[in-house]
Amino acid sequence: MEKLLSANFGDPQAKTIQKYEASGGYKMLRKAITMPPSKIVEEVKASKLRGRGGAGFPAGVKWGFLPKGAETVYLVINADEGEPGTFKDRTLLRWDPHRLVEGAIITCLAINAHHAYIYIRGELVEEASILETAIDEAKKRGYLGRSVLGKPFPLEITVHRGAGAYVCGEETALLNSLEGQRGMPRLKPPFPAVAGAFMKPTIVNNVETISYVPIVLDMGGEAFADLGTEDEGGLRLIAISGHVEKPGVYEIPCGLNLMEIINDVAGGVRNGKKLKGVIPGGSSTPVLLPDECDVPFSVTGMGSAESIAEVEVWDGRKFEVMAGRTLRSSPGSGAIIVLDEDVDMVHVCARLMHFYAHESCGQCTPCRVGTSWLDRLCHKVDRGEGSPGDLEQMALIADGIAGKTICPLGDAAAWPMLGFLTKFRSEFEAKVSGNNKEGA
Amino acid sequence: MEIPTETKNLIQKRIGEIRQQYPEAQAACLPALHVAQEHLNYVSDDVLDLVADTLTLPPAFVQGVATFYTMYNKRKVGKYHLQLCTNVSCMIEGAEELLIGLEKYLGVKAGETTPDGVFTLDEVECLAACGTGPVLQINDKYHEGMDLEKATALLDKLKTKSESRDIATPNAVLSKPAAKSSASSDDDKDE
Repeated sequence: MEKLLSANFGDPQAKTIQKYEASGGYKMLRKAITMPPSKIVEEVKASKLRGRGGAGFPAGVKWGFLPKGAETVYLVINADEGEPGTFKDRTLLRWDPHRLVEGAIITCLAINAHHAYIYIRGELVEEASILETAIDEAKKRGYLGRSVLGKPFPLEITVHRGAGAYVCGEETALLNSLEGQRGMPRLKPPFPAVAGAFMKPTIVNNVETISYVPIVLDMGGEAFADLGTEDEGGLRLIAISGHVEKPGVYEIPCGLNLMEIINDVAGGVRNGKKLKGVIPGGSSTPVLLPDECDVPFSVTGMGSAESIAEVEVWDGRKFEVMAGRTLRSSPGSGAIIVLDEDVDMVHVCARLMHFYAHESCGQCTPCRVGTSWLDRLCHKVDRGEGSPGDLEQMALIADGIAGKTICPLGDAAAWPMLGFLTKFRSEFEAKVSGNNKEGA
Repeated sequence: MEIPTETKNLIQKRIGEIRQQYPEAQAACLPALHVAQEHLNYVSDDVLDLVADTLTLPPAFVQGVATFYTMYNKRKVGKYHLQLCTNVSCMIEGAEELLIGLEKYLGVKAGETTPDGVFTLDEVECLAACGTGPVLQINDKYHEGMDLEKATALLDKLKTKSESRDIATPNAVLSKPAAKSSASSDDDKDE
């Protein structure tokens, strides 16, 4: 399979600027300084590069939202990788930090930003240090600092470490955290492109998204787009873990079949076990049954595939994301977790509910109260102390959170809860059978 | 706990340098708390006051920030802070069993510190290394593909103080207040 972004993975020397330059690094930066900024934006638009943090918004379109002639613009790079199952950004930062640095400088040229902040989760101490080193090396070469390769364009990149908060992966919580506050999300609008970091126009993009920018410039936007699907351009990184022969980070064309990813790319389910379920795009995406995995790994592919059952609140009532729109699943952050026949799905669900309860910022009542309630109820059922009414209760709570919060963390908790109830209801029922106590 | 003047000056100097990278002093709050914690192990009330004073922020604001994020230690932690992920991918690879094994080996429950002050054990959320779980973070370093045998071998090495830096950089160890003269285990002032 073609390797563009992952070409340097596995080479311990690749993170040095010497090796990066020797293999063609920073050539695209030289090209970018000769291009009008609008042309760079055009190429990224043509590439159909979607955001790789999980929301999948087209990057070029987002850049286009910046008000023309804004005096101060910021680039903020989201390296707060926290979605359970996701480990592609850490991998990218460890092997190829200069790709991100080059992508960041090019992006700043395109959007006229003179300061970029890389918000990296606090736990990634080594990776923050690797990034600082790469930035220093690039500065010494004149790629940034007082000018960019002699072009009068002052540019600084600051590595800003988080301190342990999944919610700070949400762009507005991240911006508040960057500003030194508690990481509580903001209401949108205003969108960051209008009022973001320090209330200035800001572009927030994922590490992987920005890292693809030099590659897009190199092959041209259209050529990059052609590697993917009709509405998702290019290649993307996926991180696959769980019960597969070859867990790891791989680069695949957008839209590659999920079953092919599991069986061919990752070597299939390990130890001769049978596949039981797959969480396709990080813990916030509804779990899939084995016969729902013969789908393209793409937003439209999984959002509308008839072979994927629609998530239900309960039998006969479909869950609605918003008026009329039902939910199947999503490639999310590209994090695939493979679960074999021995996995206790109720136990997995309970652990995830605990995660969301812990990570809820507390701002919105539905999420703050709802996630804690789901955590307690799901564990109660998991322990065998639940009663049949608890299952309807959990569905009601999840449906009561979704769509009613300031940020998507509430949905991120509700979707898997409903997903597990929809696809593995019999396991939940087995745990409550025979318990006639009233639900809590 | 009084902060020694030399340490206070060094912390303030480092914060001052960091603050230059932001348009507002408030934005240096998170990095400032990290710096202070590096030197002083956890964010005590004195640390909160120091950061608030250095950045001209209300102490209550700084306390709000410090208590929001999990990595700011609210109580003293051991020389080695053992943080084991028990989220889904690590869980299905045996992290729960590993946690129980570590609790037995150390003689403390998750959330507690060993009486000699060397190890603090905590359960944490996803550390973004899911393909090589279970993942045990010890201070600044990730240790991947852990099982009880490998983990206890690491802890044994840390206990004997040999080969420790490749396993983790030790946390600041606070000495007891100068009142008594008897030697105790947390008198060794590692940086």
